[in-house]
Amino acid sequence: MCLAIPAKITAIEGTEATVDIGGVTRSTSLVLTPEAKVGDYVLMHTGYAISVVDEDEAKETMRIIEEMMALDEAR
Amino acid sequence: MRFIDEYRDSELARGLVEHIHRRSKRSLRLMEFCGGHTVTIFRYGLRQLLPPTLQMLSGPGCPVCVTANADLDKIIALARTPGVILATFGDLLKVPGSTSSLQQARAEGGDVRIVYSTLDALLLARENPDRAVVFAGIGFETTAPTVAASVLQAKKEGIDNYKVISVHKTTPPVLRALVGSGEVRVDGLICPGHVSAIIGSRPYAFLPREYGIGCAVAGFEPVDILQAVAMLVDQLEAGEPRVDIAYRRGVRPEGNTIALGMIEEVFAPGPADWRGIGVIPDSGLRLRDERFDAERAFAIEPGPTREPAGCICGDILRAVKTPLDCRLFRRVCTPEYPVGPCMVSSEGTCATYYHYGQDGPEAEEPCGQPARGAADE
Ligand code: SF4
Repeated sequence: MCLAIPAKITAIEGTEATVDIGGVTRSTSLVLTPEAKVGDYVLMHTGYAISVVDEDEAKETMRIIEEMMALDEAR
Repeated sequence: MRFIDEYRDSELARGLVEHIHRRSKRSLRLMEFCGGHTVTIFRYGLRQLLPPTLQMLSGPGCPVCVTANADLDKIIALARTPGVILATFGDLLKVPGSTSSLQQARAEGGDVRIVYSTLDALLLARENPDRAVVFAGIGFETTAPTVAASVLQAKKEGIDNYKVISVHKTTPPVLRALVGSGEVRVDGLICPGHVSAIIGSRPYAFLPREYGIGCAVAGFEPVDILQAVAMLVDQLEAGEPRVDIAYRRGVRPEGNTIALGMIEEVFAPGPADWRGIGVIPDSGLRLRDERFDAERAFAIEPGPTREPAGCICGDILRAVKTPLDCRLFRRVCTPEYPVGPCMVSSEGTCATYYHYGQDGPEAEEPCGQPARGAADE
């Protein structure tokens, strides 16, 4: 029930956004994430964006995992 | 798809699994709170990839499952009340209450509508001004702000026929109740990703501080969960339990402050009744404005509650038993004919065991490689 999926914002009108989810177009409310901009990915839960996906943090996570793996290899 | 495929990558998964195998020395019991995490763990066969030092437990993080029969009965009684349109998410439809379900109430003439969002419930209220539209508010902090937003919108537009029956529950109090009871030993906790998108990671700080339990907030792809397990092993092997976030693309330490503000504006904390656990103070959300509170708008008398005979869902939610301990599992109780809510909900522990098998033999392959392959050295 706490499912939320990443969706890309393609257009915004007021507090409503049009989003793309792997080629499927839906609309979502931005009342919980008014900072979201066109081009952002948001986590969408029951018709509401609950969080804006932070691309820098996503890259940082990948870097951390790769670092973990590199450390292991060095052992 | 972006922000999905990367986290199913088998190379990353393999690297994390190897890391976990190298680092894990002590025997540890890790619990995934969230039913959604249980599904990912079983679907991708992650349990079999982990070293025998790590024991995984499934927690109570399934909102439908933890809803007590007394509350289900109230919702079902509302659906049978003349003049009411009962709006609900689909996963509640088949859940058996004491003597009936919403599905049964609908078959017998109750006006039950499945909605995808509270926005749809509001729309129903606008379109049916002479009826009361009651939204069945079940869910954790992920869902609560969407219900709060709908109430605020109804207030703004003066939609007085929109009501909510709030059975919402909050997660930090139940975690405290679970670990505080001492009934199950938990060394590390995989914290719910989308609850944490709203509340942040700070509300878990009491777990390492007071109980020495390590925490890692995780997303729902296999790499997210493996990263959380790796973080927990690193913390606990170093003897430094803390709260880490393995889902930094979606979760900030402070959470979503706007959503939290809306919850605070619309709801006040109150006691909530958890299946298998009992009443926990301040773990529920009561509507502050009585105009929108279905419980105050209607005198609901659902009659005495009854628990399904033989169902051990409550014990499973406390992680003291697993579905394999239930005599009805698979034989009598199936997703088609569920006896208890843990089999109805798609993220209920019994349904997950049913679909993926306890050892996950039918597990999906993480991205083109056999599930077991990633563990091979
Ligand atoms: S298998 Fe069915 S009867 Fe047994 S605990 Fe799970 S839901 Fe209850």
